[in-house]
Amino acid sequence: MGTFRQHSVLPGFNLALGFTLLYLSLIVLIPISAAFVRTAELTLPEFWEVVTTPRVLASYRLTFGASFAAALLNAVFGLLVAWVLVRYSFPGKKLIDALVDLPFALPTAVAGIALTALYAGNGWIGQYLEPLGIKVAFTPTGVFVALTFIGLPFVVRTVQPVLEDLEPELEEAAATLGANRLQTFLRVIFPAIFPALVTGFALAFARAIGEYGSVIFIAGNMPMISEITPLLIITKLEQYDYAGATALAVVMLVISFVLLLIINLLQWWSRSRNSSSV
Amino acid sequence: MTAIALPLPVTSGRVRPVEESAWMRRSLIGLALAFLTLFLFVPLISVFYEALRKGWDVYIAAITEPDAVSAIQLTLTAAAIAVPLNLVFGVAAAWAVAKFEFRGKNLLVTLIDLPFSVSPVVSGLIYVLIFGLQGWLGPWLAEHDIKIIFAVPGIVLATLFVTVPFIARELIPLMQSQGAEEEEAAVVLGANGWQIFFRVTLPNIKWGLLYGVILCNARAMGEFGAVSVVSGHIRGSTNTLPLHVEILYNEYNFAAAFAVASLLALLALITLALKTIVESKTGEKPVTTGIQE
Repeated sequence: MGTFRQHSVLPGFNLALGFTLLYLSLIVLIPISAAFVRTAELTLPEFWEVVTTPRVLASYRLTFGASFAAALLNAVFGLLVAWVLVRYSFPGKKLIDALVDLPFALPTAVAGIALTALYAGNGWIGQYLEPLGIKVAFTPTGVFVALTFIGLPFVVRTVQPVLEDLEPELEEAAATLGANRLQTFLRVIFPAIFPALVTGFALAFARAIGEYGSVIFIAGNMPMISEITPLLIITKLEQYDYAGATALAVVMLVISFVLLLIINLLQWWSRSRNSSSV
Repeated sequence: MTAIALPLPVTSGRVRPVEESAWMRRSLIGLALAFLTLFLFVPLISVFYEALRKGWDVYIAAITEPDAVSAIQLTLTAAAIAVPLNLVFGVAAAWAVAKFEFRGKNLLVTLIDLPFSVSPVVSGLIYVLIFGLQGWLGPWLAEHDIKIIFAVPGIVLATLFVTVPFIARELIPLMQSQGAEEEEAAVVLGANGWQIFFRVTLPNIKWGLLYGVILCNARAMGEFGAVSVVSGHIRGSTNTLPLHVEILYNEYNFAAAFAVASLLALLALITLALKTIVESKTGEKPVTTGIQE
């Protein structure tokens, strides 16, 4: 114990840490390791074959492509929403600020059926798009719409606090030095919020990759066209193909771990950027 | 608004603005609101509109029929088990992490956050790999006639998994920022561990705790993917509210699906309202966004 922890007069360390580790192991760590252990029952070539069939590759392309596009759209509009909420006042601002978190609070299945109803050919939005030849529901575009919805709060909530903390003196200095508003934004404000923006983008992207509930209703789920990877895992499970489902789950787990690592690094960057500017 | 236009030392005639022009402001606000309307407000309103489209009678019937009631009960049961357990976990984890220095602390904090970065479908699958018929404990469980997968215990486990981080991640930064001086003073004055916790620590963290509980509860009641994998979709028995929505929708019973969905949307709105109230009490916005910190 000696070097494991520094001495403290407070009681309860052993109980608290012991319970934390036991609970975490039982609920999280052992179950996750089950996926890796079960996959080890496949040989490497078998594993590779399962996770690179054309249908699986098509699902990666859709999952990653739609997630990337949705996160990108959210980066642009999330920055805009954060800017408007921090800088301007307008009626209903408090309410709108609170509602930005709706995608965190609304169960994904509800979002899924609502978006599907809106974008179907006879829906509120779909009826105007259909004559233009734009189909959203039951196509890859629908996947993109659902992922945009569930990723919406991330960029707003990462950029908003950084914008709030930005010192007005910097902008005033830029203005006195002869910069116009656009130059001030591009050279002074944007560099300061850039790490937070990238972090928000990465969070929205990571969330979108694993998303299931909101997507399956609107996607149409056609193999090779509008089938996301998490759905493919379920399909394999329903066919009792446990090895196949587990192999895909391991691919998804490894991708989430890598993204988690990247996000941690980004947040470290974002924090060090902000603290050095103060 | 925040950028106050101070009278700048004017040397030449060219004073540059520190605010956008009025029309620029208006168009930025308009564009932001258009985006939020399209992707947030219209979907939210459409849930209630579709739910009530066929009238109140259909609505009431949909949420009071036996399968819906049993789904409500199961959803409440799962949350009633998952939230208290994760509350105890969150407090224990935050006590260890925030009040003590030990090796491997950063790793522990990362591991606590892990469930946020795992796809819901994978979260369900890993329990099937352990408790399912083909799973590690499957044969033993079958021998003793214990059902976990495609039964209520599996749903509770999947719900537990996806909600593990919520309360811990609110409490850890909060308790870290508060330090341990007050608790140390209580020790000196002769208080025992539980007295310290209930009389000193708990009053300091109550709003953060409540905040975590609100978010944990919303996710516990709304989880879809993880629960869907372990539930088996047995009507009136292993269906939670979100799964009931799916079944009704897939049966083209849209009015009923949206009626049940509107209950969940209402839960989301109540969650946001409570969250906003707690934020105004604490004066700041605790950061909880899916996967972060």
